Amino acid sequence: MNLDMYNPFVIPFAFGVVILFVNLAIAFVSWLYRLDKVQRRQIGKNIISFKTLAAIWEAIRECLFHRNIFKTNPILGYMHFSLAFGWLMLIVIGKVEAVAYEGQYFTNPWLAIFFRFFEDGRDYPYKEVLTFVMDFLLCFVLSGLLLAFIKRMYSKLLGMRKTTKHTPSDRVALISLWCIFPLRLLAESSTAAIEHNGGFLTQSLGNLLAFLPVEKFVTPLWWAYSIALCLFFVFMPFTRYMHIFTEVLLIFLRKWGVIESQKHTGYTDIEINSCSRCGICIDVCQLNTAAKINDVQSVYFIRDVRDLSLDRHIANNCLLCNRCVQACPVGIETTMIRQIYRYKQGNEDIPFYEYINTSKYTEGKNSAPILYFAGCMTHITPGIIDSMKNIFDKADDKYIFIDEDKNICCGRPLRQQGFLEQAEVLKEKLTSIIKDSGAEVLVTSCPICYNSFANEYNLDIKVLHHTQYIKELIDKGKLNLSKQDVKLVYHDPCEISRGNNIYEEPRIIINSIGNLHSTKNEKDDTLCCGGSLANIELNTEQAALITSQTLDVLTKPNPDFIITSCPLCKKTFTKNCSNNKILDISEIVSRNI
Amino acid sequence: MQHFDTIIIGGGPAGLEAAARLSKFDKHVLIIEKDPALGGKLLLWDKLFPDFASSEELLHQLIENIKNDNVKVSLNTGIKEIENEGGLWNIIDNHNNKYSAKALLLATGFDVFDASRKEEYGYRIYPNVITSVDLEKILSGEVSHAEPKKVVFIQCVGSRDEKVGNHFCSKNCCICAVKQAIEVKEMYPNSEVYCFYMDLRMFGESYEELYRKAQQDYGITFIRGRVSEVSPTYHGQVQIKAEDTLLSRPIRLTADLVVLMVGMEASEGTVEIGKKLQIGGNYDYFKSKNQHLADNLTYLDGIFVAGTSKRQMSIPETMKDAAAAALEINNYLN
Ligand code: SF4
Ligand code: SF4
Repeated sequence: MNLDMYNPFVIPFAFGVVILFVNLAIAFVSWLYRLDKVQRRQIGKNIISFKTLAAIWEAIRECLFHRNIFKTNPILGYMHFSLAFGWLMLIVIGKVEAVAYEGQYFTNPWLAIFFRFFEDGRDYPYKEVLTFVMDFLLCFVLSGLLLAFIKRMYSKLLGMRKTTKHTPSDRVALISLWCIFPLRLLAESSTAAIEHNGGFLTQSLGNLLAFLPVEKFVTPLWWAYSIALCLFFVFMPFTRYMHIFTEVLLIFLRKWGVIESQKHTGYTDIEINSCSRCGICIDVCQLNTAAKINDVQSVYFIRDVRDLSLDRHIANNCLLCNRCVQACPVGIETTMIRQIYRYKQGNEDIPFYEYINTSKYTEGKNSAPILYFAGCMTHITPGIIDSMKNIFDKADDKYIFIDEDKNICCGRPLRQQGFLEQAEVLKEKLTSIIKDSGAEVLVTSCPICYNSFANEYNLDIKVLHHTQYIKELIDKGKLNLSKQDVKLVYHDPCEISRGNNIYEEPRIIINSIGNLHSTKNEKDDTLCCGGSLANIELNTEQAALITSQTLDVLTKPNPDFIITSCPLCKKTFTKNCSNNKILDISEIVSRNI
Repeated sequence: MQHFDTIIIGGGPAGLEAAARLSKFDKHVLIIEKDPALGGKLLLWDKLFPDFASSEELLHQLIENIKNDNVKVSLNTGIKEIENEGGLWNIIDNHNNKYSAKALLLATGFDVFDASRKEEYGYRIYPNVITSVDLEKILSGEVSHAEPKKVVFIQCVGSRDEKVGNHFCSKNCCICAVKQAIEVKEMYPNSEVYCFYMDLRMFGESYEELYRKAQQDYGITFIRGRVSEVSPTYHGQVQIKAEDTLLSRPIRLTADLVVLMVGMEASEGTVEIGKKLQIGGNYDYFKSKNQHLADNLTYLDGIFVAGTSKRQMSIPETMKDAAAAALEINNYLN
């Protein structure tokens, strides 16, 4: 250690760094320790594979360049980018500068941080370039900081409706973060006033300061800079800024195939701590934009889970529409975490659904290659069932209608409400009905059931939503549709759009019947119909606000019919709109064969 | 431009009764009716509760009352524009005729609830699910129907139902179902008739008696419980799923004919004019100035309202309301 290069003001900084790394180590180890078996197995399986390389690339892209935020909101993206990338480069180039100055690789660890103070004016390689670059980087970071400041003051200016509320430790960290770079600028400039070692920025400012008694406050400024760093490092692990490090870990785990399980695990903590509270999820949530409920969105939910202050109503007040998940630049599975927090302990003494006799439904009907499962919601829109029957007949496809007697539910609504054990019983029963049938394809009319069969069941037969099935029939030439001169729009139901990516099939079908017009919110940006079974907190007026927001978008092009492919969406829309105008895709197909 | 003392929009019971009264006060009246015939929703009913009076006869009488020089009728006429100009109301109709009057009476009435919006009941999907309006045609003999063995009435279709956005009670369907159930029983004495209700609101004169008669003399079964869905059976019947909320038991019932007692909603014309003049209130019905004191007045000078364009009313109530409106208008004109 070179004691010429030491001043007591580096102590707070050094102390902060040590505390930060101890805290980080404790947090990371405890999270990883609390992963469940499946999650650990995933890591073991994929850690040595290309997935790791992909994760490195993604970490650079997201944590340094914040590409996803850029895509949603370029100004916000720049803000994150300048702070993250700029700061890192200040450290890296600072180190390069220190190495160049000392002429050896090992320098005092703080030298890069407080370089201008210790530099004595002697020449070293690339001196001018490095000084310029360092000033430039400082400028870059300060510009981001300025944006952050403006965002805080006029959050609307950046297109955000609302920024998030802060806890006390958040506030300390925030204020110290805001102080770090201005203090660094002042400290370096005052040193430049005396030593004339600044760059274009610090020297110019230094020249201005030279008229003041700079000698008196130059050391205190370096002290203040160091203390600001110390405060930020000490508080950071307990604030949203923890996301800076956690997100990297999250990216790796996700790339290795780790997903949320049904209980709170270390992975849940990692997800929660990866939220930067950017607030993007507030803006896309219809509970906010239509129903004017603005304290339940993912960012608040995650904050409350993290602070152990979660109110059950917040966990429940969500449509599970996944709009926020789609928009979240970090890709946090907030809806999965909500489901974890909706868990309701069942009474183990009471057996569930014993009365369902699984053998009854397919007995003696083993001949059909197709199973049709309408789903509970479809049973309240019997027009869809009628149309599907017609389509099966016209295509000459034999099928078994397994829930014709409305005997069984796929279990997803229960699961969404946290009745996992009950849902599990239904899943087993229905799985055995499906397995025993010997069929090869399962067709369902309900996106909720589809989501459940495709992602929650482990079925070894092909699962199709009826949009996919009809599209296959058209491809095979089994259905001949006649094209009419009608104006149609399509509403993508949440459960088959985001996450299941069924976007093209319905559009191809609709275009072979009429003229499909696009709407403002379509495909993965689709809105919720307002009828979501996942939200039991909303009252009917609030739900109606969501419905009319969505209908407004759909009726904008003035279509003859609004087509959807979900019985629940259809049913919900008819509350505000004549039933003659809203059709399920199967109905319009059935009418045009 | 033709000038009248009063223009009445809507030629149903309210419009006709008000016109008759105003003509007696020697006022010149124009009735504008969008349909090809006078009578409004009266034309949809064969017999009226609670006394099984013939609606045809009633309508005949109402029309007789307006046959005088003071009343002119314009059928097949819609309204394009309503405007106030210097205290006069100017109207342009869809044939571009222009009229003016000092007073306008809005008697644009109600529409029956579109039962296909409650798709779970299968209206327009299963042929044996019909509405109370369709049933009238069977009862009058206009439409024939195979003799049903089991008939189920479902009350409150489109009324008192948050799911369709109508929280209000349509008021007339309870007693109408009692009337129709008796008529079905008279037409098909061997049939079993069931009626699912939430409450039975027998508010009018001799309604309660008729309800008792339906049970005691006709053996009609009233079950308290809301029907959740109707589905087809293999034998071309329909099955009803409901809960008997008095016995707290789920029930299923198979029927040959299901009658949906459709509620009342503000009519298209009511909604349209309400928006144009900004006098719409709850559920798009017209809003009167004061329910107790000035129920035929609106916040606009010279605009009067009567009948079911304001809220749900029975026919006798409608007629009284129209008579009251005529009196108000007469005062206003003098
Ligand atoms: S959940 Fe995602 S979108 Fe919402 S604030 Fe956190 S990081 Fe941003
Ligand atoms: S899932 Fe939908 S309703 Fe729930 S918080 Fe996200 S955007 Fe809002």
